Amino acid sequence: MTQSKNFRLFVSLIAALAIISTVRLWTSQDALTSSDTIGTALRLTVPILLAGMAGLWAERCGVLNIGIEGMMIFGTWFGAWGAWQFGPWAGLLFAILGGVFGGLVHAVATVRFNIDQVISGVVINLFAFFGVRYLSELVYVGKQGGGISQSPPQKWALPRFNLPILSGGEIAGWKSPDFLGWLELQRWFILGDLGGISRGLTHNLSWATVIAVLVVPASAWVLWRTRFGLRLRSSGESPVAAESLGVKVNHLRYYGLLISGGLAGLAGGTLSIVASSYYRQGQTAGRGFIGLATMIFGNWRPSGILIGAMLFGYAEGIKLVASDSITALFLFIAAISGVFFVVAVIRRKRVQIAVALSAFLLSAIAYRTVDTVPESLTQALPYLVTLIVLATANQRLRPPAMAGVPFRPGEPH
Amino acid sequence: MNQQLTTQRNFDSMRKSLNTLGSSVSAIILALSICAVLLLVTGKDPFAAYSKILETGLTGEKLLEMLKRATPLIFSAIAVAIGFKMNLFNIGVEGQYLFAALVAAEMATHVSLPRPLHILFILVVAMVAGAAWASIAAFLKIARGVNEVISTIMLNYIALSFIQWLFESFFRDDSDGGLNVKTTKIAPSGRMPDLVHDRLNGMFIVALVVAFLYWIVVFRSRFGFRLRASGLNPIAARTAGIPANRMVLIALMLSGAVAGLIAMPAVIGDVYGYGPSAIATQFGFAGISVALLGRNHPIGIVGAALLFGFLDSTSAVLQLSGIPSSIVKVIQAIIVLVVVIVNEASSRRYNRRTAERAAADLKSQEVQS
Repeated sequence: MTQSKNFRLFVSLIAALAIISTVRLWTSQDALTSSDTIGTALRLTVPILLAGMAGLWAERCGVLNIGIEGMMIFGTWFGAWGAWQFGPWAGLLFAILGGVFGGLVHAVATVRFNIDQVISGVVINLFAFFGVRYLSELVYVGKQGGGISQSPPQKWALPRFNLPILSGGEIAGWKSPDFLGWLELQRWFILGDLGGISRGLTHNLSWATVIAVLVVPASAWVLWRTRFGLRLRSSGESPVAAESLGVKVNHLRYYGLLISGGLAGLAGGTLSIVASSYYRQGQTAGRGFIGLATMIFGNWRPSGILIGAMLFGYAEGIKLVASDSITALFLFIAAISGVFFVVAVIRRKRVQIAVALSAFLLSAIAYRTVDTVPESLTQALPYLVTLIVLATANQRLRPPAMAGVPFRPGEPH
Repeated sequence: MNQQLTTQRNFDSMRKSLNTLGSSVSAIILALSICAVLLLVTGKDPFAAYSKILETGLTGEKLLEMLKRATPLIFSAIAVAIGFKMNLFNIGVEGQYLFAALVAAEMATHVSLPRPLHILFILVVAMVAGAAWASIAAFLKIARGVNEVISTIMLNYIALSFIQWLFESFFRDDSDGGLNVKTTKIAPSGRMPDLVHDRLNGMFIVALVVAFLYWIVVFRSRFGFRLRASGLNPIAARTAGIPANRMVLIALMLSGAVAGLIAMPAVIGDVYGYGPSAIATQFGFAGISVALLGRNHPIGIVGAALLFGFLDSTSAVLQLSGIPSSIVKVIQAIIVLVVVIVNEASSRRYNRRTAERAAADLKSQEVQS
């Protein structure tokens, strides 16, 4: 069972690679899979990924977290402050603590006082936005390079590294060959893309990125392979049953929200410490909500969140690195939906046929007619994709059963 | 007997109102104390800040500004409250009103009508545009079961991009070559007159009218009863034959229609058009706070909007006297959080007391018989 599933995943990955490689050669838009694009995409993926994981931890323990955006704002501010004062590693720690503070407020409001979880989240977003503005006015105004909406730039950056042998990293002072870089330059079918993608993932890596990516398997392991994780998920699926078995639901919800806040804070920290070197107002730019979107997109599972975050990160990355390649993506989408259309016809799924066909036609027409996509419209892409996923795949999504429902221990149910 | 029952009921409802008012006031005092601690911790004198707020806020000029700043908040809060009354969380007010502002500002330049009709036309267009944008979320909820919290958040961002695109590609008017680009200026016939010259726009009266209509429609009409019933107990409402889907559609569209009016004080009272930097954002979120603080009741909403407008009006002066002006917004956020918590706790206590009293009454009746 799992073997055939893995095999199918492998085949579809190769197929996707073959399609994008064909599109790249056809349109000669090498930026589609260049290591530059992929590297940028990875950097942009990280905050979204962490925000998505923050949403996962909160909803798995049974509490909706609309306040991720606000907790990320705390993360950007406190992270930048810590990095400015004590260096980048301390900055990341402060970012996490800032997020944890937001998570604590959310936990006290929703778990202790049982107020509506959406309301608490919205208020936390407002509170964070103006709270850090107040702090900026106190701390940053008058400092060199700082102001009400910006922190002074940090003096140190986090170390970056290249993977030895594969991407030209150094081993004890010896500069090893950049094998993947060489492969990328050959522009061969599939292999060239593979080289570009792998080099993008292993070249000029920040340690913070590595830590962020490790959060995914770590969360998956804790949530699905440990006793703590099982209990935490049971508080999200069926708190009454969990309580009857002696699980302290509200304690677990506190833990879940503190972890959620910490991850959101770290997401903010990567924005103000890794992706840039200062705090700026509006730096999160709705990424907390994109994170929520990836959580839904990923069906409340770590692997799904990873894929969703990578998709959104890639879309954002290609926009930054090579905005004229975006039209080539239409061709890619058209090809993919063409494949889906054939599969749907074989399986005789009517709705899927209709969706795939319209996606194919739309993207094909877009490829033929659109020369440049307005910047303003590409920004809406993640949100639009999420709405479409929600509207088309809602039946197949499975959120934690009791996420959003307040729970009072010991009350008759 | 009947007389007695009515008095009893009046007494009960009065007790409930007093309970509400008391808990709100105590929550605001608690929130102000929390802010005082916050100010102290950050090295500012809370008494100086508060007395500065009162001192500057209670002048004629600032009181007019309070009314002006309260106007969009009243619209926004009522838009949110209509949703709340049906247990729908319309976070999308932000996108709805900005979309409506652009559409109304643009449409206003394409018609020529005598004064009152032109103004009315613009207001109706704004309401229709807001309702149309809100209907997307309603459709997604009814047809595909998509939770409106998520869909309205997503639609906010989509609206922002869509508005930017529409404005940049079609509606912007560069004829005056200024830095502050806007749509074509609305003709004088479409401008709402001021109540007090340059200080308070006639839209304030419209806001009060909308608050009154909200009270009539939601609290005193058959439709409002159905709306509230669907919010309080959806299953019971459905059993009673109230069409759930249609109620969702109507409630969200009504909410969007009122949301469409939020930017109107600026569009037809001040800027006479739409411009990305000329139309203030964030009213949609502020409206959520005001609705929560006003407990979705028209009087409460107007009061809460006035309180927020009062605080906002003092922020510029605070800045001048060395107190960070953002403290005003922090105070507002803390007030809302505390009020929500206190309301929850006090309503639970009230319900428990009522249940205990009813149980005691029942017992004494049993003893008598």
